[in-house]
Amino acid sequence: MSDNSPSSQRQDGPLLSVRSLSVEFGAGPTPFQAVKNVSFDVQPGRTLAIVGESGSGKSVTSLAIMRLTDYTGGRISSGEVLFRPSDGPALDLVGASDARLREIRGNEIAMIFQEPMTSLNPVFTIGNQIGEALTLHEGLNVRDARLRAKELLQKVRLPDADTLLDRYPHQLSGGMRQRVMIAMALACGPKLLIADEPTTALDVTIQAQILNIIRDLQAEMGTAVIFITHDMGVVAEMADDVVVMWKGEKVEQAPVREIFASPQHPYTKALLSAVPRLGSLTGQPLPKRTPVMIMDGGVPKQTGATHVQDTADYTKPILQVEKLTTRFDVGKTFFGRVTHRVHAVEEVSFDIFPGETLALVGESGSGKSTIGRTLQQLVEPTGGTVRFDGRDMNAMSPSERRGLRQQIQYIFQDPFASLDPRHTVGFSIAEPIVVHGLLKDRKAIDRRVHELLEQVGLQPQHAKRYPHEFSGGQRQRICIARALASDPKLVIADESVSALDVSIQAQIVNLLMELQERRRLSYLFITHDMAVVEKISHRVAVLYLGQIVEIGTRQAVFENPQHSYTRKLLSAVPIADPERERAKTRIEGEIPSPVRPVGQEPAIHRMREVGPGHWVAVEADQLRGAA
Amino acid sequence: MAGFIFKRLLQAIFVILAVTLIVSFAIRLSGDPAVMLAGGSNITEKDLQNIRQALGLERPFIVQYLTFLKGLLVGDFGRSFMGGTSVSLLISKALPATLLLAFTSLLISILLSVPLGVYAAVNRGRWPDQLIRIVSLVGLSFPNFWLAIMMVLFFSITLGLLPPSGMEGPESFIMPALTMAIILTATNVRLVRTSMLETLSQQYIMVARSKGLRDRVVLYKHALRNSAIPLVTYIGLQFGGLVGGIVIVERVFNWPGMGTLAFDAISGRDYPVLQGTITVLALFIVLINLMVDIAYGLIDPRIRTE
Repeated sequence: MSDNSPSSQRQDGPLLSVRSLSVEFGAGPTPFQAVKNVSFDVQPGRTLAIVGESGSGKSVTSLAIMRLTDYTGGRISSGEVLFRPSDGPALDLVGASDARLREIRGNEIAMIFQEPMTSLNPVFTIGNQIGEALTLHEGLNVRDARLRAKELLQKVRLPDADTLLDRYPHQLSGGMRQRVMIAMALACGPKLLIADEPTTALDVTIQAQILNIIRDLQAEMGTAVIFITHDMGVVAEMADDVVVMWKGEKVEQAPVREIFASPQHPYTKALLSAVPRLGSLTGQPLPKRTPVMIMDGGVPKQTGATHVQDTADYTKPILQVEKLTTRFDVGKTFFGRVTHRVHAVEEVSFDIFPGETLALVGESGSGKSTIGRTLQQLVEPTGGTVRFDGRDMNAMSPSERRGLRQQIQYIFQDPFASLDPRHTVGFSIAEPIVVHGLLKDRKAIDRRVHELLEQVGLQPQHAKRYPHEFSGGQRQRICIARALASDPKLVIADESVSALDVSIQAQIVNLLMELQERRRLSYLFITHDMAVVEKISHRVAVLYLGQIVEIGTRQAVFENPQHSYTRKLLSAVPIADPERERAKTRIEGEIPSPVRPVGQEPAIHRMREVGPGHWVAVEADQLRGAA
Repeated sequence: MAGFIFKRLLQAIFVILAVTLIVSFAIRLSGDPAVMLAGGSNITEKDLQNIRQALGLERPFIVQYLTFLKGLLVGDFGRSFMGGTSVSLLISKALPATLLLAFTSLLISILLSVPLGVYAAVNRGRWPDQLIRIVSLVGLSFPNFWLAIMMVLFFSITLGLLPPSGMEGPESFIMPALTMAIILTATNVRLVRTSMLETLSQQYIMVARSKGLRDRVVLYKHALRNSAIPLVTYIGLQFGGLVGGIVIVERVFNWPGMGTLAFDAISGRDYPVLQGTITVLALFIVLINLMVDIAYGLIDPRIRTE
């Protein structure tokens, strides 16, 4: 929507003008200042992106515009929010009466939130929730509201609008719920739409569809959009103008091309340098570490060096997975007979070599995490063989299997939930050493813990502290130290960098690569993020509905994708480059469910080799139809 | 749904079998009703034998129990050892009095605890919340018999406003119902408050506010129904507890209900009356729990589809 917005709309000045807005939380003499003195304008019909990492104050700013911070314990301590409603002169929302605010909320300004799974009320039907704003603001009766709700559902391209009206949120997928949320927000034709990370929780192909819908409806209805996000790719695709926030302050504002082409503030520069860009390693066969710019006390500082990750040794695989199948029973009859099964993993085969990173990529329900959990013996496989260092896991004795846990370690996605809050981090790191009996002497264990902390970029004295004293990035470092404590050969990293801010993410990725080189580690890197995959992995396996549809070297899969699903996945990734032409192909369709009735087994793909080590599933018509 | 109810009713049969078996067995350990009935001091063993014979107590326990079950099938609980009145008749008089009292107190408690709990949650940490929490804590700390006696002392003896006992006229309801309601409200207020706080932090509440809905609609339409599940669960459990509490409250206020009936049956070793009252109460508790389960489905569509 960058340049085609009618200029006539702009002659009256901004639709929304935020002036020196400050928001604070907590009482007492030193309340926490979440937003400090922030000003920006939103022009009618244009899109303003507010970008920042966690704690930057971007979400608080978005809530403060409609004074929804009143309900979260926040207080607007100074500033104005001037909004020009369709029926009168501009007014300051900060000083507006509650009654006037309610007329504006949902009617003139609407909002979409991050979590589609929790932003719809579970106990009311879709029709009821969409109709609510219509009966309230437009005085429609229940029947007319229902008709309008149906039109709105069609606008957001939901099939079967009629039956959907009587459905409940839990019967819909995440992508469908977010469409319902958009329909709800646009019900009264608002002048301004505030979208707070609307696609962050969605799969990448679903994200692409949601972004398209927002863009199309915005063009159709002339709505101005404030887009809150941490994803520079989404910014490049959606925004006309960009406000960059850091620690509660606006550090930079410019049109989107200028922000990307010549960032002025050091923080913006650091942020952009950390963003992984899909296609940045085109033409290069091996993964590469690159320096990251970080903010060190307000001053940008470069860490790390450029280094080609030539660590893989292809003589003999460390892990051989053959026809691995994992299914879960769901749905039982009155008498306990199984009626449905989740076909989480179906005859998946791959090898991992010493010093190599194999990425498993896929969306929800692809089975990528189940594979990781099966290898770590957290889940019992239904069939297939797994060989570690040439030995068959099925043939191992229970004690050998326990020993295997020392060789294969796991790093989870959520660094907040995966450390025991009641133990010091030193205790958590030492635990695998003690459990596997690697060291007996207390002093030796302590020394080892200190070494590990140093290796992951922390300090030995941190061992005495508790998890809550660390930031998210530091905790993930602690989790890495714990995974390395038992001196494993293979580390399974399950979405281990997905929840981190980009600058932290870039550092953790570099750390993982550095450790791989130093210790000849093999990684099974499980993720949905194609840009990170490009940076870290030697080979890539693309999973769809529990089966590998394409596997090969990263260069082959990324530069010469053969399977339609791989292509779809790659084209759906938002690219952090506003100059780049947006992909013409439209992505449609939901991700199908891996749950099947008993007796209806999925067909196993036949694989064909299209290049050296590059295998692609032969596409059945049904799969082509879905993709 | 029909299958679900059928399953539950099947369970109910087992519950009632177990409860009656335990009760019938336990009360027979407590002593010989024949001695009680014979009264006076110059009783011969022969007299006692005759009484036992008349009551059918000389038969083995299992035979007695099976006779009781047989009667149960046709709705006959037998006759009281004292006066020979039909147990069914006694229950049919006592049950309405107890249910009326139980439901009145439950209703009072809901009418008090829901608005107070919501108000406390909305004003979390401010003085109305603190006050409601302190008062409910005080309410929780009262034993109900003490509360009942204090009420009688104050309203009946000192002020002479309310009848101290019996069930005559609507004003006789006030004290027994209030006694029970206060205890229930004290816990329910806290439950509603906690449950509402949890719901109010959900994102769909912020979404509802962003639509411009009034506070009242946000709280009582969007939030309350989502907070109702714990409350309904607890009320179901309370109903069981209510029965225990009711024995004491009915004693204090001399209320002619199931509690009084059961109490007298225990002290008089009147097996048939006790077995009858316990069976009926157990049946009620099972029914209330079934209603709670059905209510879950009505409140939350996610439970309905399971």
